[in-house]
Amino acid sequence: MSGVLASMIDGVLVGAVYGLAAMGLSLIWGVMDVINLTHGAMIALGMFAMYLLYTLHAGTAYLLLLPVMGVGLLLGIMVYWMSVHRVVGRPMLMSLLSTFAVNMMVIGIGTAIWSTSPYNVNYSVQGLTLGAYTFTGNHIAAALAALLIALALQWFLYRTRTGKAIRAVADNREAAELMGISSTAILTIAFAIGIALAMTSGALVSTLFPFTILSGATYQLKSFVVTILAGLGKPFGALIAGVLLGLLEGVVTPFIAVSWIPLIEFGLFVVALVAFPQGIFGKRAAA
Amino acid sequence: MKQLALIGLILLCLADMAFAQQTITIGFTVSKTGALNVDSLEQYRGFELWRDQVNAAGGIKAGGKIYKIQFASYDDESNSKRVQQLYTRMILQDKADFLFSPYSSPLTATAAVVTEQYGKIMLTSGAAEGKTYTLGNHYLYQMFAPAPEYLKVALDSLKSKDPKATVAFVYEDASFSVAVVTPAKAYAQQLGFNVVFSEAYAPNTTDFSAIIDKVIASKATVLLGGGHYADGSTLARQLYGHKVPLKMLTLLVAPDSPQWVELGDAAIGVTVPSQWAPQSTFKAQYGPSGADFAKAYAAKYNTPPSYESAGGYGCGMILQRAIEQAGGVDTAKVADALNATDITTFYGRTKFSTAANEHGLQVGHSMILAQWQKDKSGKLTKEVVWPLPNKSANPLYPIR
Repeated sequence: MSGVLASMIDGVLVGAVYGLAAMGLSLIWGVMDVINLTHGAMIALGMFAMYLLYTLHAGTAYLLLLPVMGVGLLLGIMVYWMSVHRVVGRPMLMSLLSTFAVNMMVIGIGTAIWSTSPYNVNYSVQGLTLGAYTFTGNHIAAALAALLIALALQWFLYRTRTGKAIRAVADNREAAELMGISSTAILTIAFAIGIALAMTSGALVSTLFPFTILSGATYQLKSFVVTILAGLGKPFGALIAGVLLGLLEGVVTPFIAVSWIPLIEFGLFVVALVAFPQGIFGKRAAA
Repeated sequence: MKQLALIGLILLCLADMAFAQQTITIGFTVSKTGALNVDSLEQYRGFELWRDQVNAAGGIKAGGKIYKIQFASYDDESNSKRVQQLYTRMILQDKADFLFSPYSSPLTATAAVVTEQYGKIMLTSGAAEGKTYTLGNHYLYQMFAPAPEYLKVALDSLKSKDPKATVAFVYEDASFSVAVVTPAKAYAQQLGFNVVFSEAYAPNTTDFSAIIDKVIASKATVLLGGGHYADGSTLARQLYGHKVPLKMLTLLVAPDSPQWVELGDAAIGVTVPSQWAPQSTFKAQYGPSGADFAKAYAAKYNTPPSYESAGGYGCGMILQRAIEQAGGVDTAKVADALNATDITTFYGRTKFSTAANEHGLQVGHSMILAQWQKDKSGKLTKEVVWPLPNKSANPLYPIR
């Protein structure tokens, strides 16, 4: 196997995790026009939730994604009522400041409890060896989990009554309310799902790399690039955009130093904003 | 009998009064938060143990006075802007008499600008990059062997085991690692090694898959590099996960931490250039023996000391000796005593350059190479494997 092909496969595997990390941000941004700056902190909380649960109950780490998701839903409801509900529909700066404040609180409390020392979920799955290259089982499992979660979310949004209500509120909140949909309840659910997705992605990342309470920031930045690429409110698009971003990293890294990657990524971010302001998977504005 | 006891008591009181007790304030910052947290905390523990032992023994006796030690210390958040603010604060508001450095070369370089500006002595530990000591400073004194010495021990050891090894350098794009790796590459070529790959990574890198694929493609059999704890531990874990067939893996700083054992099997065989190890056998002319230091440290912190801890304790010891020799805390006299220092403690030899173009650079201390190995009971321990006369175990080569 060539080094380029191995690098591309690694890129796709890690890209799926980028995509999962971005899904929550994309959903919240698309549905309620709120840029959730607690996203990185929630990813970090997901990492620590997995660490604590795995420490208490060593076994198959991936089964612990369910309780992490449950905690994420509850936390999402709390954060929504604490800092988001009153600023939905108001200027974006309000929600930016409000969620940033919660972000700082979470990071502050997390630092007080865990400091900024690295933690490590010591769990590994048998990898796959092809020639000289080994793809770690954890990366493969994380990518598969990301795909399953994205499919489940797609099914939920397009096949269930609540999912359809979320899409209706995202499209036109007033019209949805006229149809008898409680937009407040739907926004709460959407925000809670967004936080649960962020925490779940953090839990998956914790099985790949050592982490600190500050580690979510890297994934928050990647999530912005992925969300802009995919278009707002397109969670499955976020997964595909994440994979494309990972693939891009995989294709270029054999030929250039890895320190150039952020430049390429954020260059792509600017190009996507100019060429596809609605995202690759977003609706085109009427001419 | 009672009269004799009374006279004895009075004499003791008079003797005590002869040593008027004063306080020396030593200022420094600790990275309690941020990327340098692990290594910085270990350095701080070295400072703290020295202070507690000195104060418990009555204090520093110099020039007919007794000086108790107190610290003025703050969290710098691993952030150089905070270092600049806090070192100014410690000098102006806390009236620090002397300063110890923060952890890491970049933070120390920032602190040195402030301490030199105010003419204060600063002993540095955890700051190996040599450039700071070539800027014409007068009151800066380095405890660590300078950065170019780090990978020399690893390459010397490799030369003795496998002179035909192919070498890759993968290192953090930070001043310390660059200062270590740049001369190491030249030294590797000088020793006849084929350097097949070299690349720096961003300090906050968490996914090394891309670089690891390049290392595999380069067919390197030895990897040298790393940077600090967070990136070094991640790199080691992923190299293990990707089953990269390395015969030797030497990383900077990170594997010296006792926390390294948390990596499990990924930790086995990893070597680390070290300023000191508990197995070091330097005969101390001053201060405690290595065994006594390690025992006291383990009793206080329930973990073995790392070389950052020993460096921190060493800062205190060397300053204490200079104060004793200067007969007080006068900056010029203590600086003269430090300039004249040439002594071996449990930490090794300490001698500072007095040349104008590198004043304060450490020229006496030498490094060792330590390796994580499994002992007979299967427990991971760190052994000294180079230089051979000081080894506590044979080097494990190849590691996989």
